[in-house]
Amino acid sequence: MLFLNNDVSKAVITLMNIIIVLVPLIGTIFGVMYFYNSKEFTELLLAQPIKRSSIFSGQYLGVAGSLALSLVLGLGIPFVAYGIFRSNAIFDFTLLLVTGAFLTLIFTALSFNIALTNENKIKGFGYAVLLWLFMAVIYDGLFLMSLIVFKEYPLDSFSLTATMFNPIDLSRTLILLKLDISALLGYTGAVFKQFFGTNQGLTVSLIMLILWTVLPVWRLVVISKKKDF
Amino acid sequence: MIEVENLYKKFGKNEVLLGLNLSIDKGGIFAVLGPNGSGKTTLIKSVLGMVVPNSGTISVGGTTIKKNWKYRKEIDYLPQIANFPGNLKVKELIRMIKDLRQMPSNEEVLISRFGLESFLDKKLSTLSGGTKQKVNIVLAFMFECPLLILDEPTTGLDPASLIHLKTLIKQEKAKGKTILITSHIMQFVAEIADEIVYLLEGKIYFKGSIEELKIKTDQSDLEHAIAAIANTSTNV
Repeated sequence: MLFLNNDVSKAVITLMNIIIVLVPLIGTIFGVMYFYNSKEFTELLLAQPIKRSSIFSGQYLGVAGSLALSLVLGLGIPFVAYGIFRSNAIFDFTLLLVTGAFLTLIFTALSFNIALTNENKIKGFGYAVLLWLFMAVIYDGLFLMSLIVFKEYPLDSFSLTATMFNPIDLSRTLILLKLDISALLGYTGAVFKQFFGTNQGLTVSLIMLILWTVLPVWRLVVISKKKDF
Repeated sequence: MIEVENLYKKFGKNEVLLGLNLSIDKGGIFAVLGPNGSGKTTLIKSVLGMVVPNSGTISVGGTTIKKNWKYRKEIDYLPQIANFPGNLKVKELIRMIKDLRQMPSNEEVLISRFGLESFLDKKLSTLSGGTKQKVNIVLAFMFECPLLILDEPTTGLDPASLIHLKTLIKQEKAKGKTILITSHIMQFVAEIADEIVYLLEGKIYFKGSIEELKIKTDQSDLEHAIAAIANTSTNV
């Protein structure tokens, strides 16, 4: 890719399209699969003198941490070798890696939640894939429909909030607007640029991503304390 | 050693334990008996903290177990169904549990007694049911904990291993440990148990020695005495 167009920013966009869709899918599937597969292991550990919250947070960190690390290292090393530090796209690229890592953490936590609340494996898998499908595809569709239906009204703040409530959309918008191509996006793009382009917008988005990570993990710990095995 | 007060537990609509009260003193072998689905395993899992009761208190060795996990250091547990992570080798599993417990252990003696040396390098998923149960027994007996909980320890064992298991249990009793056993094999229970706890419909129906049970039910052997309890209760 880099050899084809020699432009790191364009490579970042292409990669973003892959990362935004694939990373959540991988996180979701791996999370559910791991959780169901290690059921026996969990039962074995529960009878040992270990705190419940440490068992489950340990499992979560093991899966999410290694997935995030493989993403960051797998993408980071080739780009470092290519000479990313000398290019001016370093900030965009770092942002891509950070959002990718966050997406992994978020979707692994969500899938663990699903697996913990569903004893039935098939059901759990179904819900997890549905969650990914909803966040990656259906949400956008609904969003677009609502924009068309209510197009007579000012929708700036609505679309901003709606973007905030979907981690995939949030990451996508965050990266796109950092890449200075928002001129293509018209008036709404300008509003978005005003928000996400500033440091304040970046901070708010990062806080949202952190919230998206912390809340499912917190729910995971709470539910695991009450569950029977 | 174990104090259970007013324990209630239901799974969905299925009410398993209905205000169960039980106190078990230190030392001796206690057999928890009861028909299928009477709540034996639920009781044991509640004591271990794997099942969270709806209401009631449990204390082990003087401390309540709610929101506490350190008390499990005092308990060795043999689960009913030996569910082990299949991708581990027997050796690795034993090492892992030792690492978790950080206590002195005597697994070599137990491994040679049950003839498990040749299985140490095999994956747990390739073992037969009986061999898995032997691994299970090794894991439960290798530490010196004052409380030992055995849930159906005899499943899948061959006669020779059964004899080993019995001597093992008697040895542990001689050390002054409290041992809690559930089993459906009455011969085994009659041979080793000091006291019997009979669970029925979520409550303790009978607690006492085997002799008392025989007198109460007017039967000469344990198997019939247990069957007699089940019958009288359904007639009432």
